[in-house]
Amino acid sequence: MPRINSCAELEVLRKDILSQRDPDKPCITLCSGSACHATGSGKVAAAIEQEITTQGVASEVTFRRTGCHGFCEQGPIVVIYPEGTCYLKVKPEDIAEIITQTIKEQKIVERLLYVDPNTGEKATVEADIPFYKNQERLVLGPNRKIDPKSLDDFLAVGGYQALSKALFEMTPEQVVGEVKNAKLRGRGGAGFPSGLKWEFARNAPGDKKYVVVNCDEGDPGAYMDRSLMEGNPYSVIEGLMIGAYAIGANEGYFYVRQEYPLAVQNLEIAIKKAEEHGLLGQNILGSGFDFTVKVHRGAGAFICGEETALLKSLEGMPGEPNSRPPFPAIKGLWGKPTNINNVETWSNIPLIINQGAEAFSAIGTEGSKGTKIFSLVGKVNNTGLVEVAMGVTLRDIIYKIGGGVPGGKKFKAVQTGGPSGGCIPEDHLDIKVDFDELTQAGAMMGSGGMIVMDEDTCLVDLARYFLGFLSDESCGKCNPCREGIRQMLKILTDITNGLGKEGDIELLLELAETTKGTSLCALGKTAPNPVLSTLNHFKAEYEAHIKEQRCPALSCKKLIAFHIDPDKCKACGACVKKCAPQAIEGGKKRIHVIDQEKCTKCGSCLAACPKAFGAVRKISGEPLPSPIPEESRSIG
Amino acid sequence: MDTAKIDQIINKHNADAGSLIQILLDIQSENNWLPKEALTRISETLDVPMSRIRHITTFYKTFSLVPKGRHEIHVCTGTACHVRGAENVLEAVETATGVKAGETDPDLNYSVETVGCIGCCALGPVVVVDGEYHGNIAPAQIADILQDKK
Repeated sequence: MPRINSCAELEVLRKDILSQRDPDKPCITLCSGSACHATGSGKVAAAIEQEITTQGVASEVTFRRTGCHGFCEQGPIVVIYPEGTCYLKVKPEDIAEIITQTIKEQKIVERLLYVDPNTGEKATVEADIPFYKNQERLVLGPNRKIDPKSLDDFLAVGGYQALSKALFEMTPEQVVGEVKNAKLRGRGGAGFPSGLKWEFARNAPGDKKYVVVNCDEGDPGAYMDRSLMEGNPYSVIEGLMIGAYAIGANEGYFYVRQEYPLAVQNLEIAIKKAEEHGLLGQNILGSGFDFTVKVHRGAGAFICGEETALLKSLEGMPGEPNSRPPFPAIKGLWGKPTNINNVETWSNIPLIINQGAEAFSAIGTEGSKGTKIFSLVGKVNNTGLVEVAMGVTLRDIIYKIGGGVPGGKKFKAVQTGGPSGGCIPEDHLDIKVDFDELTQAGAMMGSGGMIVMDEDTCLVDLARYFLGFLSDESCGKCNPCREGIRQMLKILTDITNGLGKEGDIELLLELAETTKGTSLCALGKTAPNPVLSTLNHFKAEYEAHIKEQRCPALSCKKLIAFHIDPDKCKACGACVKKCAPQAIEGGKKRIHVIDQEKCTKCGSCLAACPKAFGAVRKISGEPLPSPIPEESRSIG
Repeated sequence: MDTAKIDQIINKHNADAGSLIQILLDIQSENNWLPKEALTRISETLDVPMSRIRHITTFYKTFSLVPKGRHEIHVCTGTACHVRGAENVLEAVETATGVKAGETDPDLNYSVETVGCIGCCALGPVVVVDGEYHGNIAPAQIADILQDKK
């Protein structure tokens, strides 16, 4: 591998790569992110390689396996350039037709196109699909164009331009100033101004400093960092290097969850290639700047997303947080000044340096600049990763991009910010999404999980779910967090089991206040948020559980029962077949009856009962009709 | 687990005490669990007290101090999977295998675990069986998925 010794050589190499690429030559790209991998993109890739050889088109077409496109629900996704023809849910057996039709004959394979469920219209290219049309993909955009394992691909889309600009045209102070002027705020949770954080670390006394990438993306329901790390690792490395130059660090660490094996793998390949080309190591691009990085895999602890806990873990210790101050910018890794940002924050840095603070901050709201990636998941039609300018309304994200709630169900709430966040009900959907507005609405930006819930989701149960998660993940170092969460969880569990008492709500509020005010780190300080926000907007639901032993969402198992309406049952046997615990008494021409003792309330019977009959229903808070006597069960 | 393999892993990380977690991760992925002789060897070579190794191996979720089953079943219970019915899926897995979450059966057939989030939220509920992902799972499908995993 030739070492690149100067920015002139970098540009020569880039020109060389681009001159060998014919933009008009057909290129098949296949999303190979984790979600598409789970839906079989590996087999599709093998089929593409095979068909290209079998049909003898190897010289006429390029094949590229790219990072995550974001429209995960519809994977595996194949996009064919230069036209950008987009095929969804592609299977290995579709490939022969794609090559014969689209590559050889320039014809569209209609059945693989996106069909708008509301209008029935088909969309040929990504830009016409509502999910993509309403996004602004500044950070996530390159993912679909490049092979994350290929340095050439990264250079072809302008990679390392920002680094070379920072190293040769800017002083470290100017770089810090640019990030400050861009008003970039940390994308990992709290939204602290990144430029300010950099300045603290730069000004901190000490000859040895560190920079760290936080890719311990533990919030359940958020996976944008995973997609960036897997799909475009070079851009995160580039951002990190610019930050290192700015604060005066020569060593960096990537802290990646070991649950993300593909992210670790792609990152390690990228680091190796960058080292071979002299883009990491000594005297980078001949600038005199030295920089090395190491990858550290997290071993499964949510608390390690907290920066002081993460640093402890990096040192090979249990990830228990310290109280701040001192902040890591003053006393961080091995006691040295350290700057930690999350993956998405680092990915924004090359963008800011390339286009300038002014252009960057032209997008967004007064207090929150640029774009934010959300993982739009749960009860929503188009699930996947969504990047929008700050200031877009929740309603636009859920309905215009997400296509609304599936199955004709009613929207109930959207949960943002992970376990530290909160729920936002329908009448607040027009708030503009930015750091401050979400906090004001009792939720938070967090790392960008956005979980949509419909009428079937019980919000008391959701609060119980989050507290259960947090109780499990609390490191136990400080009392208020360890005990406060546990007591709140106990009360919530009782309520969802129908054992709620008068005064539980008041006790929950008191515990929440204490835990919030006295915990050591952000995990405990924000742990009561799921309770507080659901109590704030959905108090009636709590009261129904406590006073009437009724779950309005028909979700809490202890408070519901399944019942087959004898007048509607046609004795078709569909539910009997699907009932794993064999709790349904059936038989030919005999009305089916559920044995409540054996029933595990899994809902399989409800799903199995043909819509035309609609005989199975869920009951809560009302007496269960007594089973129809044996002798009256025969029909027809 | 043989000592040569343990030493090889320790040496890959330059026997550096700061790399303790990375060494344990490598042994866990090589051997599927952390046998006592491996921990003793690490403690001696890295000059790290056993108490710290025990602290770390019980603090982080990935580590297992007991042998795992031949088939590892991970049920994602992340928020997106939760609102789409992961709890029912978990119950179906527990019924089908007879193994509770976090446990392994005495014959070492199955280990059942829950995971906070595996980052495939768009496909929820998700079950991972021996590394193979199954998305949009209904409780009634579990028996079929586990059919040939006996």
